[in-house]
Amino acid sequence: MSLILDHVNYVYGDDTPLAVKALDDICLTIPDGQFIGIIGHTGSGKSTLMQHLNGLLKASDGSIYFNGEDIYDKDYDMKKLRSKVGLVFQYPEHQLFEVDVFTDVCFGPKNLGLDQREVELRAYDALRKVGLPDELFYQSPFDLSGGQKRRVAIAGVLAMKPEVLILDEPTAGLDPRGRDEILGQIKKLQTETGMTILLVSHSMEDVAEYVDRIIVMNKGKVMYDDEPKKVFRHYKELEEVGLAAPQVTYIMHALKEKGLNVDVDATTIEEATRQIYKALTE
Amino acid sequence: MLRDITIGQYYQTESVLHKMDPRVKLGGTLLYIISLFLIKNFVGYIIAALFLGIVIKLSKVPFKFMIKGMKTIILLLMITVLFNLFLTPGEELVTVWKLTITVEGLRSAVSMAIRLTLLIIGSSVMTLTTTPNNLTDGMEKMMRPLKVIKVPVHEVAMMMSIALRFIPILLEETDKIMKAQIARGADFESGNLLKRAKAMVPLLVPLFISAFRRANDLAMAMEARCYRGGDGRTKMKPLCYQKRDYIAYICILLYLAVGITVGRILF
Repeated sequence: MSLILDHVNYVYGDDTPLAVKALDDICLTIPDGQFIGIIGHTGSGKSTLMQHLNGLLKASDGSIYFNGEDIYDKDYDMKKLRSKVGLVFQYPEHQLFEVDVFTDVCFGPKNLGLDQREVELRAYDALRKVGLPDELFYQSPFDLSGGQKRRVAIAGVLAMKPEVLILDEPTAGLDPRGRDEILGQIKKLQTETGMTILLVSHSMEDVAEYVDRIIVMNKGKVMYDDEPKKVFRHYKELEEVGLAAPQVTYIMHALKEKGLNVDVDATTIEEATRQIYKALTE
Repeated sequence: MLRDITIGQYYQTESVLHKMDPRVKLGGTLLYIISLFLIKNFVGYIIAALFLGIVIKLSKVPFKFMIKGMKTIILLLMITVLFNLFLTPGEELVTVWKLTITVEGLRSAVSMAIRLTLLIIGSSVMTLTTTPNNLTDGMEKMMRPLKVIKVPVHEVAMMMSIALRFIPILLEETDKIMKAQIARGADFESGNLLKRAKAMVPLLVPLFISAFRRANDLAMAMEARCYRGGDGRTKMKPLCYQKRDYIAYICILLYLAVGITVGRILF
């Protein structure tokens, strides 16, 4: 039960003068239950990669296997794949269209051909999971705040009960509190349901705290693929490609240089606090 | 899926045609189209095709790219040709079942096909070598005399350039929303007409909302920069005829003279 990408290549605008190689020989294995952050600068190919995982874009070359089956097989059921690999696009609130929140969330499961009872159960469950208060269920989605709309849109994908959930910049345009709430909820979702989650972002800060593994994309290639701590050790190289390690990493490195005996691998503020406290009391 | 439409697209490269004043290109295209309908014989068409060939060569746009846009109109072309072929009365040539092909029909079908092909390629040369902004600038300046009879020339030109600018944006947006809804299990491709029309709702509602939002933002941004319509407004790069533009005018007129004399009078 996993997603495997085998030498995947993708070219935008093939045989035009503006052809761009968006993915360059990508090989990845995504096992079940992992929380992965995909980081890359604008145009690094992270969004393109993500759209391959549920078959919205077809690789120019290479293959993708989901649960051991080649998704480019002629008789492979793409619709089933799309229900198993849920994709939440950037600014997902722009795709809302129904008269009320609840009906909008029902759209996904209804397309799976489930009966009305099951559809409503799933929609209710999904809305609870994203933490939307009950009294908003029958409001027009267009009357909600930005953060609430985004939750509704995420619930719309969750209601399809995917095994893998991919979120493209779920925190773009939200204030710090909205961002922490959404990310916290996603983390909770992952620990409670054991869902595989891929979080696409350009900000290390966002993902450092939550993910088990970071994949850094640059110019269509996988640059690093490791645990956050190990990836952040390359903070100088990351900077060269327009990314940055979390601020904590910089502070820890600076402290170490000044002679304080701290572990530079601390990535979250809590860890750093503990480390500094330990070093000072030694 | 929506990126295949090339009609009206601009092709970025450096050529004499790209640098030319848009008014020359607009006027030239108009005269060329008129000439196509004045020409009555095949020698005239050869001259027209040759002239277009030279212009294409000068534009440095690959011919393959130009032809790509033709695919979408091939159906229209076929229908026109078939109607002309079978429905023109005259001297009988062949009869297949109930359909009769006449000599006159064959003649008009072939010349119609040539005319339409040259017309479409000819006008796409103009759009391929002129940016939409340049094109509307040219139109605005050409239609300026109409201001005397209270035609809001500047406003129309501004609306046109905004509309043209928004085509790629809205196409991209459509693509994005379509993908997002497909990811939620929407199906835009199967089912009967009614089912397909219904399937468009999840696409059209968000698309309209986003178009209105963008229009609102744009209006606000224009107001914030004190846009007050065309009165007293000057251009950063005013259109000015250069030597090459006069030469181009002379070439077009020469072509017209030769094409029409040969196409109508001789033979």
